[in-house]
Amino acid sequence: MTPYLSLSIWVPIVAGVMVLAIGRDSDARTARWIALAGALASFLVTIPLYVHFDNSTAALQFVERRDWIPYFDIYYFVGVDGISVLFILLNAFITLLVVWAGWQVITVRVAQYMAAFLIMSGFINGAFAAQDAILFYVFFEAMLIPMYLIIGIWGGSNRVYAAIKFFLYTLLGSLLMLVAFIYLYQKSGSFELSVWYDLPLSLKTQMLIFVAFFAAFAVKVPMWPVHTWLPDAHPEAPTGGSVVLAAITLKIGAYGFLRFILPILPDASRSPQVVAFMITLSLIAVVYIGFVALVQADMKRLIAYSSISHMGIVTLGFFLFSAQGMEGGLAQMISHGFVSAAMFLCVGVLYDRMHTHLIADFGGVANTMPKFAAFMMLFSMANAGLPATSGFVGEFLVILAAVKVNFWIAFLAAVSLILGAAYTLWMYKRVIYGEVANAHVRALHDLNRREFWLLGTLAVAVLVMGVWPKPFVDVMHVSVIDLLAHVAKSKLEWPSP
Amino acid sequence: MALALNFLPILPEIVILTAASLILLIDLWLPDDKRHISYWLTQLALLIAACVTLRGLHIDSVLAFHSVVVADMVADVLRMLSFLALSLVLFYSRTYLTLRGLFRGETFVLMLFALLGMQVLITANNFLTLYLGLELMSLALYALVALQRDEAAPAEAAMKYFVLGALASGILLYGMSMIYGATGTLQIDLVAQSLATGEANHALLIFGLVFVVSAIAFKLGAVPYHMWVPDVYQGAPTAITLLIGTVPEYAAFAMLLRLLAGALGSPETMMQWQGMLAILALLSVTLGHVVAIAQTNLKRMLAYSTIANMGYVLMGFLGGDVNGYTAAMFYILAYVMTSLVSFGMILLLSRAGFEADRIDDLKGLNRRSPWWAFVMLLAMFSLAGLPPTIGFYGKFMVLQSAIKAGYLWLAVVGVLAALVGAFYYLRIVKLMYFDDPVDTSPIMVRADTRWLLSGNGLVLLLFGILPQLPMGLCYVALVQSRYF
Repeated sequence: MTPYLSLSIWVPIVAGVMVLAIGRDSDARTARWIALAGALASFLVTIPLYVHFDNSTAALQFVERRDWIPYFDIYYFVGVDGISVLFILLNAFITLLVVWAGWQVITVRVAQYMAAFLIMSGFINGAFAAQDAILFYVFFEAMLIPMYLIIGIWGGSNRVYAAIKFFLYTLLGSLLMLVAFIYLYQKSGSFELSVWYDLPLSLKTQMLIFVAFFAAFAVKVPMWPVHTWLPDAHPEAPTGGSVVLAAITLKIGAYGFLRFILPILPDASRSPQVVAFMITLSLIAVVYIGFVALVQADMKRLIAYSSISHMGIVTLGFFLFSAQGMEGGLAQMISHGFVSAAMFLCVGVLYDRMHTHLIADFGGVANTMPKFAAFMMLFSMANAGLPATSGFVGEFLVILAAVKVNFWIAFLAAVSLILGAAYTLWMYKRVIYGEVANAHVRALHDLNRREFWLLGTLAVAVLVMGVWPKPFVDVMHVSVIDLLAHVAKSKLEWPSP
Repeated sequence: MALALNFLPILPEIVILTAASLILLIDLWLPDDKRHISYWLTQLALLIAACVTLRGLHIDSVLAFHSVVVADMVADVLRMLSFLALSLVLFYSRTYLTLRGLFRGETFVLMLFALLGMQVLITANNFLTLYLGLELMSLALYALVALQRDEAAPAEAAMKYFVLGALASGILLYGMSMIYGATGTLQIDLVAQSLATGEANHALLIFGLVFVVSAIAFKLGAVPYHMWVPDVYQGAPTAITLLIGTVPEYAAFAMLLRLLAGALGSPETMMQWQGMLAILALLSVTLGHVVAIAQTNLKRMLAYSTIANMGYVLMGFLGGDVNGYTAAMFYILAYVMTSLVSFGMILLLSRAGFEADRIDDLKGLNRRSPWWAFVMLLAMFSLAGLPPTIGFYGKFMVLQSAIKAGYLWLAVVGVLAALVGAFYYLRIVKLMYFDDPVDTSPIMVRADTRWLLSGNGLVLLLFGILPQLPMGLCYVALVQSRYF
């Protein structure tokens, strides 16, 4: 059997190393072509993961298990289920777009830029595929390094502050998680996730481990109030960095909830305090951060806040403990992967021409860039959650699930639709419509072919998922049901005789 | 049997001693432009010693010279690692020493004597042998620090090192005399036996233990016995800093192992030293990392980083079983490998009249040479304990050992301190990658240094991806030497 999962992890990493080895600053062309070939190959090897995926089982598929560090019984153990497989595809797809998007834009140290994205893409795939906690941890932490460099080298004016803040925030959470991992190892004698799923733990222990895991994943999601690194990192990151950050890395935080917190700590997760806590934080993210997004003067900051608000819907969906809510959350994650990538690429298109992403510097762009205005319209609508776009599927499912739990939760969650429409469309209006604001806007030229196809690809993805979400939801359904059944079972420690 | 002395266990020591004496003599007849003969002879001696050690690798422990010397697998491994580290130190510092007029026979001879001291310490089975080795090592190191005798900073550093080091030696002797009083023997395995029978005077024993632990903490540079570390690291010529920061760490680990795990490893004394090590570890990791943030001198910053790292070694060691000792030994191994790179980079960037020891001197290294920036990046992330570098597994094993021993709080403090530490390691990466270079002169490197330092950097990554080999090596060595 071809080890598709290992290929999806190692092909981009090897491609990245090759770009570094062959590409030179003086010869950016070669670096770009190798990077594109590498990204394309990385995407192609992930396709069999979807094609050969068996929707009817919740068991791990494409499993590979080899000895890695026998001293600690750590295995190179990878496998995917319905929850993780889509993210690997999403990641490979987005990486391809990012390499393509940086084609003419990045002119300084091209080889390092391309290599950083490719290597990070491999690490991210590894994190989604890992079934051994230490393997997961290695990928989870290692991806910080390329991201740190991407923000720091190619970012904007305040990039150093943003890069270090991003790094330290994430590191704090993951180090606490490492302590929790070691504790679980002490208890179970294994680092395998499936062993931990069946490990009895007292409620107090579960709560403490919950705190550690929460610190790691909530920072990554990011949830209010540990979200402040994201709005700082985004405006400073280059377009590609923003795209990967929003479309992929945030998803790893949410994925951590499903892979680690819910199945390992079911009793803590279902305890009324935690549920209330999580729902409250999620709703604060949805409503309060929605309002914060409304007043942003910088487009990238606005989209960053909108990401936090959208991720609030995701975590809300998870902690409603229904198939609808969870699938809604997952659909929202994938949709947000497309939409936020598209929104950041749109801002990138403007930034490449004007070198600013302040809303006030624009106005009347529709007059000079009609094609661009049309694309951005579609993506703004998707960001606002308009039916028939991908943004609608997830939010609708989550709100539907929330109604069954409590009307007011659903009401507040639904506010996100209104707020989302308000901040996105208001931004759109100020940037795109109106009189031509200044001479720079008048001098703008419309999308070139590369940009057109880039945005076009994402537009297709957004529309397909909005109109026909079945292929996406079908893949995850059985795994979600299985996860919910597992979470419903208590694993409180039996009193020792 | 008692008369027939077995010289095989100390063959590597004999090789080094002979070589040191020979080089001392040969160097007298060499003109200044032929000093590289002494240099290559030193390297040859290290190679022969390594081959001899490997050839006579001890699967089981052997006692020799009326049991004052023990040759076991852990001693062999530590000796081999010391030879390797010293050889790399010599390779990396050749240009630096030449440019500063230190490329002389004395330097090599003193280094070999320091190494001999470490070897004696590593193979000690008697308190006096151990003390002898420690003193031989320390005296040679004091002299090495003071080699640039015309300059103020090295002289000051050597003075501080000597005075405080002598004090620590006195403390160690005092502690050993207490333990002798309590158990009636100086021999490490007999001390352990005497403790096992429970006949030893408890109060006297604990009194001695406190002194012994203090002396070990001094040699490791753990807080609050760390005062000498920053001054010596900063004041000594960088080549000597590289030496002090790397090779003696193996000997310090041997001292920790022989004294605490070997002699004083009975359950009740272990409980005592576990508590002491926990406090030392706590203070070292917090103070070391926090103070390092304020440093602008790279060598001084790395000195505080050493202090913090020794805290992690103690955190692993206090596990008090083979798992904990393995963690500590692996951590030392990872730390020495990484330090060789980080100090090696300072040597590589220095030129005549330019020390490259301010952190600002690293600015824009990525523009000047992406490869060396990457190697330094690996070293920094390894010190910060981030995967995929060897440093991560060091941290991981140490935390695992502390948690297993029930010191969960210490592990939590350890990771929080590591977060603080990550900040200043990241700052180095920031200077290298995000800032523009101030100094744009091309980096000139000897070919052997280039290959070895690059290889050394890649080893950090290689063992970071596949750590089983060094882990297994430490574990097997300790188990074969019966440190359970």
